[in-house]
Amino acid sequence: MTEPRLVEVRKNVLKQNDLVARALRARFREAGVFVVSLVSSPGTGKTAFLEKTLTLMRQHYRVAAVVGDLATENDAIRLSRSQAPVKQITTGTLCHLEAAMVEKALEDWNLRDLDFLFIENVGNLVCPSSYDLGEDLRAVLMSVTEGEDKPLKYPTIFNSADIAIITKTDLAEAVEFDWDEAYRSIQSVRPHMELLRVSSKSGEGMDAFVQRLLKAPCTMPSTRQELNH
Amino acid sequence: MHELSIAMSIIEMAEQEAELRGGAQIVGIHLKVGDLAGVVKEALISSYELATQETALAGSRLLIESVPVRGHCSTCEKDHTQRSIQSFCCPQCGTPSLDITQGKELEVVALEIVQ
Repeated sequence: MTEPRLVEVRKNVLKQNDLVARALRARFREAGVFVVSLVSSPGTGKTAFLEKTLTLMRQHYRVAAVVGDLATENDAIRLSRSQAPVKQITTGTLCHLEAAMVEKALEDWNLRDLDFLFIENVGNLVCPSSYDLGEDLRAVLMSVTEGEDKPLKYPTIFNSADIAIITKTDLAEAVEFDWDEAYRSIQSVRPHMELLRVSSKSGEGMDAFVQRLLKAPCTMPSTRQELNH
Repeated sequence: MHELSIAMSIIEMAEQEAELRGGAQIVGIHLKVGDLAGVVKEALISSYELATQETALAGSRLLIESVPVRGHCSTCEKDHTQRSIQSFCCPQCGTPSLDITQGKELEVVALEIVQ
């Protein structure tokens, strides 16, 4: 057998996903829809937070959501209580959403009919970090019950997100949540990261989140960088 | 555990490249993985071994080069290597910084082939 020969390739492994994400981002911009993705571990309260957000926003804006889970349509059913259009993506065994799945889910929606689109990723703080979905804003959620050092344990996903949202603040006192320590952890893995505190139960912080999204499209139209793989 | 999907993307990419080179046989794939790529090296290697079983790539090697995270400090006006991905600040002056210049790579760099 001849000696192996080394040939240069230099290709991004996630190129296919990045291409689809880029095309999605271009479509979103053209249609004038602002796209927010939500990532967190399972049980942080993404769905409750999103249900509240959709209910609040749909009074004045055209909002919709796609939601990823390994199995069941439960989240889509919960979210549809908000009366907003909702579509479930069941990923089977896949632990994250990929751009092509979002593209497929949006096939029969006219994006021009929307002002805001939310993408709820599969509950997972590891895998979603590598996949660009074409979103304008990636929000990472952590609840007060998960511990202040969550960002230090999962730095990659916090680093890939634009804004951190601490959920279940109504339980903060009961679990003696240390806000200063949580802030330090977040700032350590993602300096200058924007931070919001919310409680889907009491409604605390929900208006602040909505206001944040409202100022986003006009002041910073899609400043999110293409993920640099 | 998304390393299996990544391994499959690598295999697909390598097979296409081999075909472009007249169906050469791949005996090794050189990969660059940044420390911020969100990929666990060991999991990727075992996923690769699993995914190549009973394929033309069976027995080939996946050679991974880790790429440390580097950033640019606006205070020192210099690039530096991050000490840890849990603390994004300049190791010299301590200025928090998120101007990442490398460390997110996930790239097939080269193939070892035999004709």
